[in-house]
Amino acid sequence: MSYHWNWSVFLAQVPSGGTTYLGWMLSGLATTLALSLSAWLIALAVGSLMGVLRTVPGRWLSGIAALYVELFRNIPLLVQLFIWYFVLPEILPTGIGNAYKAINPMLQQFTAAMICLGLFTGARVCEQVRSGIDSLPRGQKYAGLALGFSLPQTYRHVLLPMAFRIIVPPLTSEFLNIFKNSAVASTIGLLELAAEGRQLVDYTAQPYESFIAVTLTFMMLNALVMVLMHRVEGRTRVPGYIGGGS
Amino acid sequence: MKSRRLFAAALVCSFVSCPILAQELGGTLKKIKDSNTIALGHRESSIPFSYYDDKQQVVGYSQELMLKVVDAVKADLKLLNLQIKLTPVTSQNRIPLVQNGTVDIECGSTTNNAERQKQVAFSDTIFVIGTRLLVKKSSGIGDFADLAGKNVVTTAGTTSERLIRKLNEDRKMGMNIISAKDHGEAFLTLETGRAAAFMMDDALLAGEMAKARHPADWVIVGTPQSREAYGCMMRKDDPAFKKLVDGALARVMASGEAERIYKKWFMSPIPPKGLNLNFPMSEDVAQIFKHPNDRAFE
Repeated sequence: MSYHWNWSVFLAQVPSGGTTYLGWMLSGLATTLALSLSAWLIALAVGSLMGVLRTVPGRWLSGIAALYVELFRNIPLLVQLFIWYFVLPEILPTGIGNAYKAINPMLQQFTAAMICLGLFTGARVCEQVRSGIDSLPRGQKYAGLALGFSLPQTYRHVLLPMAFRIIVPPLTSEFLNIFKNSAVASTIGLLELAAEGRQLVDYTAQPYESFIAVTLTFMMLNALVMVLMHRVEGRTRVPGYIGGGS
Repeated sequence: MKSRRLFAAALVCSFVSCPILAQELGGTLKKIKDSNTIALGHRESSIPFSYYDDKQQVVGYSQELMLKVVDAVKADLKLLNLQIKLTPVTSQNRIPLVQNGTVDIECGSTTNNAERQKQVAFSDTIFVIGTRLLVKKSSGIGDFADLAGKNVVTTAGTTSERLIRKLNEDRKMGMNIISAKDHGEAFLTLETGRAAAFMMDDALLAGEMAKARHPADWVIVGTPQSREAYGCMMRKDDPAFKKLVDGALARVMASGEAERIYKKWFMSPIPPKGLNLNFPMSEDVAQIFKHPNDRAFE
């Protein structure tokens, strides 16, 4: 294949001036990090709450949580993003919709992507939390109640501390996924890492250098997350439990 | 060990261009003859150049010219039942797909420019556009100067994107620039009121307007910020194929066939909605029909 390789392209000035193509990639990386981490916080908060609700007695509360999971887990991520970004402002009352569309477009794209990714991943975290709680022997809950704890206290002091420590490995997968999934935000115009890579292709006609750089950056990012989560896993491991070693 | 050496070779190749590999895959005409198939690249929503009509058939001005080229290839290679393989391409993947042989020729709405010439070859120019603005008639926007502080949408990966970002920097206009994935999405951004104007190639703007819910609400305004030459894209360093393509295009242009094709796509009702773009032939286009050439404007 007659391809003209040029790795120095990253050090070239961009046509609008002020920075290099490497600068673009770095600003894309910063956006990817900000988007993934803020969405991860939403996912953890919503996922934990819904995961708890899925296990409580009472049809209404667990029904709401089940509905949330079915809705957000069964619609493709890309479709959800388009709904948040394109459809929602149109079905909101005209005043609110127009006010949202008047704010800085970058901010619109960021918030839409953050909420979308957060709630999508939240549904998956919810299922992890639920399975963590369900994996505990039923006796733990009864023991908590028998000691005079109320149900919320039992969750707070007995069930959740155990459940969260058990589900660290599957949560790591979700944490890795959120970084990779954040690339869909490029489809609504948010200039995150993948979008900056694509932009570099458009401006320089050097697709392979760009895609290789984007791929390696995502791999390094995820390697970092894996190392970090491995530490967390080691620290929070329940002695004597599955995979807990001694 | 062997795989390691192969990897090293690939690595070396990645830093210097490898002429040996180029020769092995070169010779588009031989490839077409050997496989009895020509691989055409087309666009999905570049109205009226190359797009799907309501029956999901690829149609358009560039598509029709490309089929003329196919006829010439058929005649030249004496392949009576040459098979045509259609591959949809996007602004992002069109160059790699031409380079790696998935597509032998792509006629759509691809601008011939100096950077791309480093990677691919271009045929003689098939169309010339100016980059302008699509705005709502009632918006009161008449030219680029009126865009200060407003949201402007453009399509990612186009010359317009580059020009508008530069304009914004140079004149400190404080515009918010949105880069949409494709022309359809950019127009959606405009139509839903997220952006006050859509900057793009004027002929494509006319095409998007034709798709609008109320085409009469929209108008194309502004001094053209650049002129660009559209050409068909082929693999580099394949003079035999390029000569055949240019020859076929020159014949179509000289015989008045090209003018008929122009009128069909720009001056008469076209699918999917049967709207007429009413986009008269510019002096630039008339000139390239008279004197075919493959010069880029930038």
